[in-house]
Amino acid sequence: MELSSRSEENLQVVRVHDTRIDAAVAIEFKDEMRAKTDGGSDTVVLDLSAVEFIDSSGLGAIVAAMKHMGQARKLALAGLTPTVDKVFRLTRMDSVFSVFPTLDGALTELKS
Amino acid sequence: MTTSDTLPPFRVSVQSSQIAVRTALKALLDGLAPLELDVEESGTVELVMAEALNNIVEHAYPEGDAAGPINIMCKHAKDGLHLKVVDHGRAMPDGQTPVGAAVDVDVALQDMPEGGFGWFLIKDLAKEVRYERSDWENQLMFRLAVATKGSAA
Repeated sequence: MELSSRSEENLQVVRVHDTRIDAAVAIEFKDEMRAKTDGGSDTVVLDLSAVEFIDSSGLGAIVAAMKHMGQARKLALAGLTPTVDKVFRLTRMDSVFSVFPTLDGALTELKS
Repeated sequence: MTTSDTLPPFRVSVQSSQIAVRTALKALLDGLAPLELDVEESGTVELVMAEALNNIVEHAYPEGDAAGPINIMCKHAKDGLHLKVVDHGRAMPDGQTPVGAAVDVDVALQDMPEGGFGWFLIKDLAKEVRYERSDWENQLMFRLAVATKGSAA
């Protein structure tokens, strides 16, 4: 599970380089997200544009990452590909996260 | 009877493990390639099958038990794909599949569910979900309304 992180003004952007967040890597993803976001910006944008598939374990790991960041910080999701978008829509998790179709859109909206 | 616009039935067999789930999903989607499913349809197939297989790996062959076979039978018909997933692991509790109710997401952050989505996704996306336990086998059967006759190829 490869994640990279960079800063953009007041934001942190974490990009997932793997094409799948599934049961085989969910725990690894959760640990990597903690390592990347602990002590980071208040707003983190998770760039999912390389991710083609996510299952319920992967969804649970993203929820866990958000919970770990705590109430005072925000985890936004950007670049959802069709199947990833479908999972968030069906489970209504798209109402829990700020979801942006593209990373550029997320950055424009969230930079202050 | 097989007509020219249906795919011959095929089978995918793996030995239970988390990585085997990926192998099985890839083999299944490769087998379905002649149907030229669109991204919406292939997403449905991959998602439902991933949840069904993850459940087998986690609950039918839990850690500590020996791994065992998972066999997937796939038949294409006019009303979609008929899938049967068979394993030799532990039976479902109470001899039936979980209800798969929608998870409540209107809750405080720290109460947000991190699981319980799997059976909801299966029951939401699949039709005619049936489970049978017989001769030491778990059989999960369902239909996915993709590549139905008359829909655009």
